[in-house]
Amino acid sequence: MTASGNDVLLELRGLRTWFPIRTGVLQRVAGQVKAVDGVDLAIRRGETVALVGESGCGKTTVGRSVLRLIEPTGGSIRYDGVDLAALTSAQFHPYRRRMQVVMQDPGSALDPRATVRDSIAEGMDAFGIGAGPEERTARVAELMRKVSLDPETMWRYPHEFSGGQRQRICIARALAVEPALLICDEATSALDVSIQAQILNLLADLQAEGNLAYLFITHDLAVVRYFATRVAVMYLGRIVEEGPTERIFAAPRHPYTKALLASVPSLDPARRLIRPAALGDVPSPANPPSGCAYHPRCAVRLAECSLKDPPVVSFANGMCRCVLAAEERAER
Amino acid sequence: MSAPLSGPILAIDRLAVSFPAESGRVTVVDRVQLAIAPGETLALVGESGCGKSVTALSIMRLVPRPGRIEPDSRIRFDGRDLLSLSVPEMRALRGGQIGMIFQEPMTSLNPVTSVGRQVEEAILLHAAISAGEARRRTVELFGMVGIPEPEMRVDAYPHQLSGGLKQRVMIAMAMAMRPRLLICDEPTTALDATIRAQILELIRNLAATTGTAVLLITHDFGVVNVVADRVAVMYAGQIVEEGTREELLARPRHPYTQGLLRSIPRPEARGRRLEEIKGAVPRPGQWPAACRFHTRCPVAMAGCYIHDPACSDVSPTQRAWCHLVAEELRQ
Repeated sequence: MTASGNDVLLELRGLRTWFPIRTGVLQRVAGQVKAVDGVDLAIRRGETVALVGESGCGKTTVGRSVLRLIEPTGGSIRYDGVDLAALTSAQFHPYRRRMQVVMQDPGSALDPRATVRDSIAEGMDAFGIGAGPEERTARVAELMRKVSLDPETMWRYPHEFSGGQRQRICIARALAVEPALLICDEATSALDVSIQAQILNLLADLQAEGNLAYLFITHDLAVVRYFATRVAVMYLGRIVEEGPTERIFAAPRHPYTKALLASVPSLDPARRLIRPAALGDVPSPANPPSGCAYHPRCAVRLAECSLKDPPVVSFANGMCRCVLAAEERAER
Repeated sequence: MSAPLSGPILAIDRLAVSFPAESGRVTVVDRVQLAIAPGETLALVGESGCGKSVTALSIMRLVPRPGRIEPDSRIRFDGRDLLSLSVPEMRALRGGQIGMIFQEPMTSLNPVTSVGRQVEEAILLHAAISAGEARRRTVELFGMVGIPEPEMRVDAYPHQLSGGLKQRVMIAMAMAMRPRLLICDEPTTALDATIRAQILELIRNLAATTGTAVLLITHDFGVVNVVADRVAVMYAGQIVEEGTREELLARPRHPYTQGLLRSIPRPEARGRRLEEIKGAVPRPGQWPAACRFHTRCPVAMAGCYIHDPACSDVSPTQRAWCHLVAEELRQ
């Protein structure tokens, strides 16, 4: 990972988040689910990094660990050079304002009994932004205009809004505390396609305006290819490939990335066939395969892949965790 | 409709479904007309609340109460009027000649019975064969839908199988009686990308090898491109455009179909703004009068606010319900 330069906003080094598996009446710890197991990732100011992968790969846990909604087991989370993982929760509080989250289901993310005004102003209250209720209300109106909602509707309740409008409310709420990083966890996945386009355009506008960085956690590769600056592909707790979006989509290196990209159906009626993707199913993160975790599904595996951890191969602008990538580079 | 000489296996005409609301009944499916030929896969596409799933439920006569299929509606399956069948007759058809697959394989399977046993029970419900024969047939079906080690997997319980394998079990169950029609409602929406690709290939191959007609309900044009022969697009309870897969993906004529396809993020659009369809998807009960898309349509004309659009034949296989398309065809 090339995380040099002081424009790096967030840098994860060796991030680990493990969950204990407890068994028996004594609830002894019988093992660990290594949901996130040594993740390195850097996000620069104003860029969009997509974290992609299938269910259970750990992408959502990465987002939650960064926000310390789940306490990480190890590794560092550097925000503007400060290791957040080492802070007490009181010390961490001001940083929470810098990193906000927008989730998949805007229906359950909003308190049904709170007006839109109160939902959006909630963070301002918590961080003491704005001199008083009137100033906050004025700021809510401004935020609503920013996300193309009618400020006149601020005294209504979430159920009076459509799914797309509710997601706009969630975005306004996140922006209210002036974050530098927005973690979008499947933020457009539950929306209809015509509404998804509206929200993606809104996110692009906000980024251009405010130099916002996005960590875009999603399984939707069409959205990633359209929207992200860089892509990190996760498989069973680890990043297996990372690089600029164009390069990843034009010339993927890891066999898993290749399979994932091949499984995206095209919209071109002349290209309807899906190439055979990965074999079988995603294994359980509680019991990952030995060696390279992808080896049982890999079409080009070697004998050693089931025995040894794959090497991390760095390239000029990205990395790949695969023995074949190492050989490829050695041949050059 | 491009129905072959043998006639369609399924023909829907003037299908209307309503639910009670505070102010009278609200229509959720409105005068839908559709036909599927034997061996053909028709995709019914639209956004949430457009009525596509209720259309599928109507065919199985599973519209939840207090919903009601309006008396004028016609659904003919293999020449029989489905809406006049008795409850036992309909029950024999469901899971027999009409198979079904839903989005959530997790909630469709009984968690305390082995998956093999569930498929065997489904077979024994419809066929007068021995338990041993049903087991043999289940193993065969598991093999057909690509479940590895089918002899062992029949004894597995749902929680022991991944989402992809559970969906394969559901497909095996739906295909058990060699149905003439398979209804798939968002069959891959809950699945991961690599698994989705496998399941789509499976559905397409099954349709091709068994001659089963497929009605595929989806919101995803990528899925449409992989599986469908023909496509019908629904908006606010009505079909607004219909055509072959090539026609609708390459040459859509209705502004809604065009808008939907343009709003999908494509590689070419990188760095540019996506084209949006303005406004929100209207909820049932709040559908505009005349052409229901006029409130969101970028090319709406005066007549669109006043008159229902009539059906315009764009080609022998493509048609659209749109005033603008009608005018373009007149010129």
